[in-house]
Amino acid sequence: MITTSKEAPTASIPWRDLAQRHGALLVLLLVVAVAGMTLDGFLTLGNLNRVLVSASFLAIIALGMTFVIITGGIDLSVGTVFALGGVLAAWASQYGSLALLALPLVVCGLIGLLNGVLIARAGLAPFIVTLATMLGAWGLMLSVSDEGNTTYLVPEGLVLAPLVHGRLFDVLGYSFLLVVAVYVVGGLVLRRTTAGQHVYAVGGDERTAALMGVPVARTKMAVYTLSGLCAGAAGALNAVWLGSGVTIFGIGIELQAISAVVIGGTLLTGGYGFVAGTLAGVLLLGVIQNIINAVGTLTSAFQEVVSGLFLIAVVLVQSRLSGGGRGGP
Amino acid sequence: MRLDTLPRVDGERALHLLRDYGVYVGVTLIVLFNIAFTPHFLSLENFRTQAVQVAPVLIVALGMALVIATGGIDLSVGSVMALSAAVISLYLGYGPIVAVLIAIVVGALAGTINGVLVAFFGIQAIIATLAMMIGGRGLALVLLPQLDGIRSPGLRALGSGSFLGVPYLVWIAALLVVLVAFLVRRTVFGRRLVAVGGNRRAAELSGLPVRRVLLGVYALCGALAAVAGVLVTARLQAADPNSVGVLIELSAITAVVVGGTPLTGGRVRIAGTVAGAVLMQLLVATLIKHDLPPSWTQMAQTAVIIAAVYLARDRGRT
Repeated sequence: MITTSKEAPTASIPWRDLAQRHGALLVLLLVVAVAGMTLDGFLTLGNLNRVLVSASFLAIIALGMTFVIITGGIDLSVGTVFALGGVLAAWASQYGSLALLALPLVVCGLIGLLNGVLIARAGLAPFIVTLATMLGAWGLMLSVSDEGNTTYLVPEGLVLAPLVHGRLFDVLGYSFLLVVAVYVVGGLVLRRTTAGQHVYAVGGDERTAALMGVPVARTKMAVYTLSGLCAGAAGALNAVWLGSGVTIFGIGIELQAISAVVIGGTLLTGGYGFVAGTLAGVLLLGVIQNIINAVGTLTSAFQEVVSGLFLIAVVLVQSRLSGGGRGGP
Repeated sequence: MRLDTLPRVDGERALHLLRDYGVYVGVTLIVLFNIAFTPHFLSLENFRTQAVQVAPVLIVALGMALVIATGGIDLSVGSVMALSAAVISLYLGYGPIVAVLIAIVVGALAGTINGVLVAFFGIQAIIATLAMMIGGRGLALVLLPQLDGIRSPGLRALGSGSFLGVPYLVWIAALLVVLVAFLVRRTVFGRRLVAVGGNRRAAELSGLPVRRVLLGVYALCGALAAVAGVLVTARLQAADPNSVGVLIELSAITAVVVGGTPLTGGRVRIAGTVAGAVLMQLLVATLIKHDLPPSWTQMAQTAVIIAAVYLARDRGRT
């Protein structure tokens, strides 16, 4: 252990705070600039729009994850909850757009709430609870989809479909605009509301927060429910996007979401973080994937190697910036 | 006062007993259930199948138990298995023994990287091993993009042969159980790793080489995962980096926790871990034998994990 202190970067060392806050954005701009100069067809509207739209589902999941991680927790269940949301949405789409959205949101919100209750009220470790519900959500998804043998299709001509597939002025996909909107709301909630301050307080020091009268258990239950809702909503939108509830999608997306949050400058130890960084992190991962696909000679497996290395590099830099990370689980 | 506290203490004791020995009760119950209701359960063939199926999970769980005893976690075991499968296929040209040894060394190396990140850089175990989980599987797929059949007779014999009627896989798992139990109970290293998990600061202050112990534990966990990868590859007669060891970290953690090792560290139960792995294996096998779909197995496992963690939780509070 290098040091035991766990201080968020302070204003007294401005460059540190700057690097922590905008590191992901700076790297993103750098990568985009380099790729734009070296790769043909990277800086075209079509390609950039493709990056933004395909990043939107991960972005929605990562928003919920940001809240969870700021409280000092983690949610490993979002990947299979995302898949479950997609399958439920596709199944419910026969009853119209409202059902398509409502069913996954209710079920996935309940799974999130279950996580929250087990973590906040029963005092179980977040990673093991969410690891278990990750398996449970997968089981539920399999039982809904006839052990993965049935793929429900989303019928054509839904009210929602043009909203997901459409583009503003034929340029920017609506789904990315939706992402921007939820991030603005998420950022405002986190920064400007009492509930948001509670999230930071719980992550900073749970005991102190409880002594100050912060409703610790309720805050935790709220963030895990939010995370479940985000994953379910992303799954539903993904089902509309693909036109069916694909059962194998989403396994492993929780790792990407966690990576994006961490790359975005949110501390895994809790108490410090912001949603804008997460969005930059998501886009950075999306751009890297796009570049690897564009180069063509590299397989998608290579992407995972880069992601793993990148995650470690960012965590190492962060633990330097914030004066040492904490050991232990 | 005494009258007031007495029943509470008894309840607490019952809870502790359930936590420590519940897994044996569970195994007994499920065996009795199967004897009564499952046809052909008491056949030698069935025992052999169950034992062969549980062996890789058990070996991974042994390493996981040691890591958890230090208060850490290793999510990368499945990817390390994939890495070892890929390496075997690449180096099989030098003979099976060399290939297996290189695979185990690579596993230990991956574990060492985890250990360095956790012990020397102070990175949370979840994140360090999560990165290894992503990167390790990716690297395995870069090394060996798709399933590759194993034609080496030596490795095939390892996977399907048996000695005294017991498959090699089971012998190896049993041997490793004995070795790890010996390590934990009778060696300085074993004492130290439990001490580190119990109270890291106290261990540091009393002069234990905490970082070296952590490094060793993660390296050992990686090596054991690689052994499991070798065995699975030998049994499948194919190296399949895409699907080998997927979600095995969850089975291993479950076996350890169900066996009464608390996630907060400072305590390790090897016999309990063995029983935990057997319990989960029998649970899955029973549900399958009675024609319940796989989705049920996953939901049942979820319930068992949460129940086990719930029972073990009060230790974390003290």
